Amino acid sequence: MRIGREVLLNGVLYTARDAAHRKMMELLDAGKPLPVDLTGQIIYYVGPSPAKPGQVIGSAGPTTSGRMDAYTPRLLARGLKGMIGKGKRSAEVIEAMQQYKAVYFAAVGGAAALLSKCIKEAVVVAYPELGPEAIHRLVVEDFPVIVINDTFGGDLYDEGAKTYAGK
Amino acid sequence: MKSCKEEPFIKTITVETISEAVANLCQESNYYLGPDMLEAFQEAFACELSPTGKEIIQQLLSNAQIAAAEKVPICQDTGFTVVFIELGQDVHITGGLLEDAVNEGVRRGYTTGYLRKSIVGHPLERVNTGDNTPAVLHVKLVRGEQMKIIVAPKGGGSENMSAVKMLKPAEGVAGVKKFILDVVSIAGPNPCPPIVVGVGIGGTMEKAALLAKEALLRPVGTPSPKSEIASLEREILQEVNGLGIGPQGLGGLYTALAVQVEIYPAHIASLPVAVNISCHANRHREVIL
Repeated sequence: MRIGREVLLNGVLYTARDAAHRKMMELLDAGKPLPVDLTGQIIYYVGPSPAKPGQVIGSAGPTTSGRMDAYTPRLLARGLKGMIGKGKRSAEVIEAMQQYKAVYFAAVGGAAALLSKCIKEAVVVAYPELGPEAIHRLVVEDFPVIVINDTFGGDLYDEGAKTYAGK
Repeated sequence: MKSCKEEPFIKTITVETISEAVANLCQESNYYLGPDMLEAFQEAFACELSPTGKEIIQQLLSNAQIAAAEKVPICQDTGFTVVFIELGQDVHITGGLLEDAVNEGVRRGYTTGYLRKSIVGHPLERVNTGDNTPAVLHVKLVRGEQMKIIVAPKGGGSENMSAVKMLKPAEGVAGVKKFILDVVSIAGPNPCPPIVVGVGIGGTMEKAALLAKEALLRPVGTPSPKSEIASLEREILQEVNGLGIGPQGLGGLYTALAVQVEIYPAHIASLPVAVNISCHANRHREVIL
């Protein structure tokens, strides 16, 4: 998968953002297992709004991924294969993605009501006390994303801006 | 016996009326994007050269339609509740404190409106307050007997990319422009472009920051009434969009939909500049009581 490729994701995603990442790092520091096995999985950086009656989930667009950069290489080393968010990743994360063969996708930030339509199931599987920051297991259908960083070190944000600069 | 002195007119507003108004504004601002933003999206959709950029703007238009039709938040980040109140000095508030009334409105609005609670009670200990309180409240005393309440929920992603700098007066307009371009450039895709850039120039550090936030309240596409500032806004917008960041940072012409500048007198030694970036969900609603 190369940068710029538009993909429709189908299947399971796990949500996690700042607080859940911090808690997972504490477990790793203590040599304990993570609350969910992330081997071969994709994390979606999102803190959804509460579901209204009749909704699977509230609005659920991506949050800024860079805040998770400090934690990401450790999760990639443990087999995490993909991440969905918005915004740039650090050089360390991009390098770790090449090393461990993982992909970073962006979903359209702020298109949260639209994206929630692609989420068919949502269950809290860890840290319910964190509210919107709890880890949810989502089942998605045709969830639209685009490859920002691939396993070859490419960065769509750099390429995109270069193409249109000065126009 | 009738008093021969004329009683001054004093209008009374109860804290319950204020709480109800704030609760409604919290929900409306998060469900309905203003007509100014929708018009700006339409224009960007028509003129954007990048096919991906065009597709993104189309998705933002659909997203706004779904949010309004289903009364769900435009964005899952329903923000820090920033509340501006213009309080007529002939208004008497009864039944409690203004600040408590505003926070009660936020509590009600966010709880009954299925809005996300995004506030931690202590910046270092970081435990969620559970009801999105407290608000950030700015009160300005004005002439008259009305109370204007503006609710402007502010998302964390774009707020995080905002900045203030105290320039040397010698740096002048060129320095101001360079700082704004640097801030937008560093922000890149993070604040969910197409963005609206609020700029405050002058005053003290906190005054500049407040002006930058107030600048975001002006309807998008309405230039400053000061002609020299209106042309500065145009020039900066052109330069910002020349960066090529584009919708969602994937490249394109529309990095920003507008640059809006507010100014204030400055100290002989200072040239403060604040840049407050808003994501494309540039939300605010107001009511007059």
